[in-house]
This record gives sequence, C-alpha cells and structure tokens, in this order.
Amino acid sequence: MNLLTNVISGLSLGSVYAIIALGYTMVYGISKMLNFAHGDVIMIGGYMSFVMTMYMGLNGWLALLVAMVICTLLGITIERLAYRPLRGTGSLAVLITAIGVSYFLQNVALLIWGANPKMFTSLFKGMKPIHAAGGQLTITMESLFTIAANIVIMILLTLFVNKTKAGKAMRAVSEDNGAAQLMGINVNQSISLTFAIGSGLAAVAGVLMLSAYPVLMPTTGAMPGIKAFTAAVFGGIGSIPGAMIGGLILGIIEIFSRAYISTELSDAIVFACLIIVLLVKPTGLLGKKVSEKV
Amino acid sequence: MAERILKNISSRGLKNAVRGNEYRKEASISYGILIGGYVLFQILTAAGLIGHNLQGQFVPICVYVSLAVSLNLVVGISGELSLGHAGFMAVGAFSGILMSRILGQSMTFEPAIIIISMLFGALIASVAGFIIGIPILGLRGDYLAIVTLAFGEIIRNFMNVLYFGFDGDGRLRFAFNHTIEGVENNDRIITGAIGATGTKTMATFTWGLLLCLFTVFIVLNLKNSKQGRAIMSIRDNRIAGESIGLDVRKYKLMAFVVSAALAGMAGCLFGLNYSTLVPVKFNFNTSVLILVFVVLGGVGNIWGGIIAAALLTVLPETFRQFADYRMLTYAIVLILVMIGTYNPAIKARINGVWSKINPVKKRSGDKGKGKKRKSRKGAA
Repeated sequence: MNLLTNVISGLSLGSVYAIIALGYTMVYGISKMLNFAHGDVIMIGGYMSFVMTMYMGLNGWLALLVAMVICTLLGITIERLAYRPLRGTGSLAVLITAIGVSYFLQNVALLIWGANPKMFTSLFKGMKPIHAAGGQLTITMESLFTIAANIVIMILLTLFVNKTKAGKAMRAVSEDNGAAQLMGINVNQSISLTFAIGSGLAAVAGVLMLSAYPVLMPTTGAMPGIKAFTAAVFGGIGSIPGAMIGGLILGIIEIFSRAYISTELSDAIVFACLIIVLLVKPTGLLGKKVSEKV
Repeated sequence: MAERILKNISSRGLKNAVRGNEYRKEASISYGILIGGYVLFQILTAAGLIGHNLQGQFVPICVYVSLAVSLNLVVGISGELSLGHAGFMAVGAFSGILMSRILGQSMTFEPAIIIISMLFGALIASVAGFIIGIPILGLRGDYLAIVTLAFGEIIRNFMNVLYFGFDGDGRLRFAFNHTIEGVENNDRIITGAIGATGTKTMATFTWGLLLCLFTVFIVLNLKNSKQGRAIMSIRDNRIAGESIGLDVRKYKLMAFVVSAALAGMAGCLFGLNYSTLVPVKFNFNTSVLILVFVVLGGVGNIWGGIIAAALLTVLPETFRQFADYRMLTYAIVLILVMIGTYNPAIKARINGVWSKINPVKKRSGDKGKGKKRKSRKGAA
C-alpha cells in the first residue's frame, strides 16, 4: 500500500512537472529558445492567486482564473518586449535575456511581497481525502485533481495542436519558420499564442503545486522550473506527449528516491537519470532526430 | 614559383602569421587590464578610497574574472553552451579546502599550501570534467547545455551529504551521513549542507592576480596553439573539421577539461577566502552569473570577459545601499544590453549615432564600411 501511495504522489508531482514542461516544450518547439523565465511565471501565477484569495476575497477557483489571465498576458508581454527583438540572433543572446527576465520577475516579486514565505491556501481546502483499501491508502484531493487536470490538459492541447487551424499554424512555424511565413501564416501571432498557452498553463501548474506544497516565495518557481525543463528534455524537447511522459517519470523517480534512497540526494538522482537517458537517446525519449545537412 | 610560396609559408612562417599581431594584441590587453586593475585597486586602497566591503570583494573579483576566462574557453572558443561551471568550481573549492587542511597539519608555509591545494583542486575538477565530458560531448547544442546544468546540480546535491573530518589520530575520514566514525563534531572539516567550516583564510589579492594571470596565460596560449585552432575550426564547422580528419571528441574534451581544471583552481582560491563555505553558493545561479560575464564581455573575447566580470562584481557591491532595487536594475540592464547589442535594427541605429559623435572620423567610417560589407555578404 505504501508503494501505491508513493506512486500516486509521484504521479501527482509528475503531473505538475508535465504541465510546466508543456510551456517549455511548446516554446522550444516553436522558437528554439530555452525560456528560463518560465519557472518564474509559475511563481507570479501563485502570487496572483494568493493575492486574489487573501486580499480580494475571491473564491479559489475564480482566483485561479484571474491568475491564468494575468499570466497569459504576462507571457505575451515578455515575448513581445524581450524575446521578439532577439528572434533569429542565436540561442545564447536569447538565453541570457530569458535569464534577465527571470531575475526581473523574481525581484519584482521580492519588492512587492517581500522575502518572507507566504502560506498558500490549498484550492481544495476543506475537501476530505479519499480513503481506500480499508483506510490504508489515502489519496488527497490535491493529488487526484492534479492528475486529472494533467490528463484533461494533455487531451485538449493535443486536440488543439492537431485539429485546429491555429494549432496547424503553430506546427508549421515550428517546422520551418520561413516557409510558414511564405504560406501566409502569421508567425508573430503563432508565437504569441504559444507563449500565451504556456504561461496560462504555468499559472495552473503553480496553483496546483502550491496547493500540495504551500510555501510561496519569490524563488518558488526556480527549482520546479529547472526540473520541468529537465522533464521536457527527458521526454524529447519539442514534443507534447514527451513532456507528459517526461514529467510523470521524473515525478515518480523523485518521490521514489525520496522515499527509498535519500531525501537529500533525490534531485541528484533525477538529474542523473536525465543524463543516462540522453546518453542512450540523445534527443530524449520521444524527440525527433534531426539529421545535419552538409 | 609555387614552391617558393610554399617554402615561405613554412611551419614557422605560418605560426608567426597566426601568432602575430592579433595574439600579441589580445595578450597585451588582457595582461595589461589585469595588472593595471591590480595596481589601481592597490593605490586606491592605500589612499583610503575603497571601503571595507569592497576590499573584501578583491579575491572574489579575481576568482570571477578567472572563471569568466575559463568558461570562455568552452563557450567562446569551443562553442558549447555550459551551464555547470559552478559545479567544477565547487569540486575545486571543497577538494582544495580538504588539501589545505591536510597540509595545514604539518606545514606552516602558506604559499606552498595554497599552490598545492590549488593544483589539487584543479586536478580533481579536471577528473570530474573528464568523467562528465566523455559521455556528453557527443550531444549537440541545447542538450549539452541541459546536461551541464544537471551535472552542476548533481555536484551541489552530492556536497550536501558529504562529511569529512579528522579522527583522533589526525587521519582523514569521511561519511555520507551526519556521524563520522571516530570524529569529534568539532574536528569536522566539511559538514554536508553546512559546508566547509574552520578553513584558514589564506587567499589574498595577490594570489587572486596570480590566478587570473595563470588562467589567461593558459587560455590564450591554448587558443593560439595548433590544438586551439583545431578547436575553433570544429566550432565554426563541425562537419568540415571532421572531414579534414580532426578528432572532434578529443578537441572538445580538451577544451572542456582544461576549462574545468581552471575553474577548480579558481574555486579553490574562492574556498580559501572564507572561513565557512556552503555548497548552496555553487548553485545554478552562480553558473549563470559566470555565463553572463562571458556573454556581456563578448563571447570568445578574453579581455571583454575580464572587464565584465570585474565590473559586474564591483558595481553591485558599490550600490549596496540601494539593496532592493539593485538586482532589479541588474535584470533590466541585462535585458536592455542584450537587446541593444544583438537586435539588428537597434545595433544599426547605435552604430549610426556612434559614427556621428565619434571624434575619430576615419576609423568609424572604416568600421561602417566593414559592417556594410559584412551584412551584404550575409544577405547573399
């Protein structure tokens, strides 16, 4: 039963990683940049939701919606102001800019809300956990809902990318930017849309994560951001199912190594697994191998 | 005729041609900045113009300068993005501190302790660089970056569970949990997440300068050797390099390991500057900080990195009274500088304004022409 409890909390943590990883993987797929500021958008989402419930007295779910809208706008703004001027100038310049944006968001949060950690109120406060197998197995609503949200988001997103016109445009832009433009696709709009979706999902991920691990600080988003990025690479960066698989595997590895090996070494084990996967499959589990042209 | 030309470009001639002006210019600027900066800081200190806080930053400045130079070897010269430089720094720092404590038991001559510790730190860091480098250097671009990031985090995590100490007989013992067999709590040297404690602080500004000079010497000479040219040609075109018979892995590994060794050396001096040193110091942010030095100084430009590292360590320290807005400004400046230097439209505008206000008319005109020619080539 202990094993099953761990599997469930692993899947729950993994679902959070998977939702964050979607933002990384979609942005990487479409604009070939490592958006290191993504983790901090999660943090902003968390603070927004916190402010809405604590100071504005909004219902948790309504606050989540507001946080999503704000993060979506934030994502679009960041792309417009910081990344668009650097499009096509090589990955290093964009990477450093993304790091600059990350510092910026962290320090804005630090100025507004201070360094003291805030206790986040769970979205599912007051809901009783489900007991199964004669009380031996406990599933919290947080876990259950996070896993469910992950599945729903994955299905919707896959449908969106594969079936709608906007999704098709996004795929075309990530395949070949220039050719897509020649076909009359609005590249700027597609990229903005990608950032919007990624950032909106980051807010969801932030609230879900903080419901389970309720400590909110300006640096809250940094480590989950890096781990989710790892998850995206693990599954093959640029691939949406890859982000889901990578996130879930990473979450399970982390919870299991915490439970059975060592709490302090759990991060090291997660990263070691990433290195091993990349050695066997250099483009991640579901990544496409791009052959180099001479 | 052809034979005569070939004879003229004999190995010695070619060496002089490559080694010639450009190398001499880069080397003299780099050494000049280092020594000039050292003398300037010493004079300002003697004149009482430098506060106590900034004086405490002298060794870290040197360490960061050295790290910027050694990371430039990987990012600029070998053309691989590394996000784990702080990991090698950590390896060098903790192994160097251990060595200094072991030597400290029987030796009192500090320069010897520092040199041996730094060499030991460099050795262990280069071993780490070798172990991590062999498997990963086959990866390309961003994948390599994420693996170096992962590696840096693994090192830092590993340091959190590492315990070292002397037992009753003065022998070194270690463990992976809190209690080390036969070691009193006070005799611990490295205590997991608390880090290294009780280190005798031996690092001085002069040692920092020597470290920087040594690092620049190694990197510049490697850059201007046969191996360095091979490394750069692989950076410029991997396939072309492979097809003329260059061993890509060997040269990439060479740059990576040398860079790791130099980072270990710098890390060791950093460790010897503080009586206590926590592993958290060597997290992802530190790796990024060093990368920012390299990029702001100009990728591949050694002396640019030196100036960027020194300035970006001194300035935040000088503006400490604006603590709250300091990092915010840093972030905004970073973004603006990146956009200003890399955005083609803004770059052209800045160049235009510059050529108008630049008093040295002729040179600016030349520069503009060169730029134009280059851009036309790019378009073609």
